[in-house]
Amino acid sequence: MTPLRYRVRRRLTETADTVTLVLDPVDEPIVAPLPGQFTMMYAFGVGEVPISVSGHADGGIVHTVRAVGAVSRAVAGARTGDVLGIRGPFGTDWGVPPGGDLVVLAGGIGLAPLRPVIRQAVARRARFGTVAVLIGARTPADLLYPHEYATWRAAGLDVRVTVDRADMSWTGHVGVVTTVLGALPVDPAATTAFVCGPEVMMRFAARALVDRGVPPAAVRVSLERNMRCGVGLCGHCQLGPLLVCRDGPVVGWDRAAPLLAVKEL
Amino acid sequence: MSTLLRSLGPLVRALHGQGYRVVGPTVRDGAIVLAELDRADALPYGWGVEAAPGRYRLHRRADAAAFGHAAGPQSWKAFLHPPRSPQWTADRTADGFTVTEAPPDSTRYAFLGVRGCDLRAIAVQDRVLGGADGGYARRRRELFIVAVSCTEPADTCFCASTGCGPAAGPGYDLGLTELVDGDRVRYLVEVGTPAGLELLTQLPTEPAPVDLVEEAAAAVAAAATKMSRALPEGDLRDLLAGSHDAARWDDVAARCLSCGNCTMVCPTCFCTTVEDVTDVAGEHAERWLRWDSCFDLDFSYLHGGPVRTSTRSRYRQWLTHKLGTWHDQFGESGCVGCGRCIAWCPVGIDITEETRALVTEAEEA
Repeated sequence: MTPLRYRVRRRLTETADTVTLVLDPVDEPIVAPLPGQFTMMYAFGVGEVPISVSGHADGGIVHTVRAVGAVSRAVAGARTGDVLGIRGPFGTDWGVPPGGDLVVLAGGIGLAPLRPVIRQAVARRARFGTVAVLIGARTPADLLYPHEYATWRAAGLDVRVTVDRADMSWTGHVGVVTTVLGALPVDPAATTAFVCGPEVMMRFAARALVDRGVPPAAVRVSLERNMRCGVGLCGHCQLGPLLVCRDGPVVGWDRAAPLLAVKEL
Repeated sequence: MSTLLRSLGPLVRALHGQGYRVVGPTVRDGAIVLAELDRADALPYGWGVEAAPGRYRLHRRADAAAFGHAAGPQSWKAFLHPPRSPQWTADRTADGFTVTEAPPDSTRYAFLGVRGCDLRAIAVQDRVLGGADGGYARRRRELFIVAVSCTEPADTCFCASTGCGPAAGPGYDLGLTELVDGDRVRYLVEVGTPAGLELLTQLPTEPAPVDLVEEAAAAVAAAATKMSRALPEGDLRDLLAGSHDAARWDDVAARCLSCGNCTMVCPTCFCTTVEDVTDVAGEHAERWLRWDSCFDLDFSYLHGGPVRTSTRSRYRQWLTHKLGTWHDQFGESGCVGCGRCIAWCPVGIDITEETRALVTEAEEA
């Protein structure tokens, strides 16, 4: 349960409060994470937070971190050459199927754990039918990885972007991310959907997908609860019968729907 | 075959002789607490307990029974799963920091006087915490258990309805039943493991007469009938899974102080949090593991605020987990019927009463 040390190789500013850290192991590396899994990131003397894996790079690990509390601020504030602790990887992965249509639906920082899925779809494009990537953010300035959208489109992905509030520069779609779900050219029965964002957004998105005919178990959402240990021992991340760190974070909508329908569960 | 032991002194000495730290009940601060015993005399001979919802009082017994009392404020988890334990330390270096794991706690405990409820509670925590190769698993491997069957349950006890008592076992190394006759106490001993047998051979014992064996069995059987409380029968897991919107949660929330006492005294509650601390200079950091409670507002904190803001939702989480989702997570109930949460609740909330109210509400719906 002790963290392994990782050194920040590169730090990229994504938005006003979000950075991407590329980290290399100082000692032995953690087991290679699967898309959708998370690690516990430790800032010396400050604390530990669960952060989803947003990529990997030549033996290193990539995390996109939004500074929202004391610990995530300290992690996001790490500079090139700084050392952070990492435990993991923990939890379930997205379980990308070998083929069929894919729908990736991300709200805000929710795109971070989905980027490995998108990159996998790009790398193995021929295996899949339609791959739709629906990205929503509060404002254009809050969009994550905007420089990669062109690459994804060039690879044949149907990338649709929307913002809640436009600014003068914005010529795209305005509205919550579920509004660009519209007429997706997917075969619902052969579709696997990956949804990550604020809980309210996931509820609406999953319902919309299920209404379109996608089987609930094929709609996968990434849940978030308070996590302390990552291995199902501390009890903090309970959501009904689930220990989210162990049974999640990626859970089929068939299991998540009744749990998210209960207030303060 | 049963064996008779005329005094616990040799047992405690033999355990010390094998290098165990012997922990058992003793009187302190007006309660029967669990503490390290240097000799058998420290046991609460002649003390009894009167427990009721929100009430716990010691009284002098007319006899010299050492185990004439039911569960006290602590459970054995205080030793196997300590309230606060060091995890690791980190020290700043020129180009980062180093991490050093806390030295393993190799304490060898012998628990003297583990009741049926608490023996089951240890088994329940084994399922939760025993898999990881941490301090719990180490202490558990080294543990020697002397169990005691109950002959005098408290008013708050309901272990007969949870199937955990009053007879203790299985799971002990040695199992005792206390036979009290005024100032004379004797112990009927059952062997549970080879380690138990080996220890027993070092003690001055004699074969137990058949009438004493029967007397002991009758006393334990009678204890079951003395319990006035019981968890409702039927599938409580189903009941709780379907009771998220029950009106009873509002009723109990109007009484519950959300103090977390029930989680502290519960022998199966296992939740923890971590504390990261540094020295003043910021050069040395430590991580400590400490007990946490689902009644704490911070327990469910996510950025933006806690998930469970109302007392209603926190009491519901506790009871639903204890009797319902514990089955989903660990394949059994998390309640052993010790009754501690009833006695130590400052407003006397009774888990059996709340559960029965939920049953009634579900039946009327």
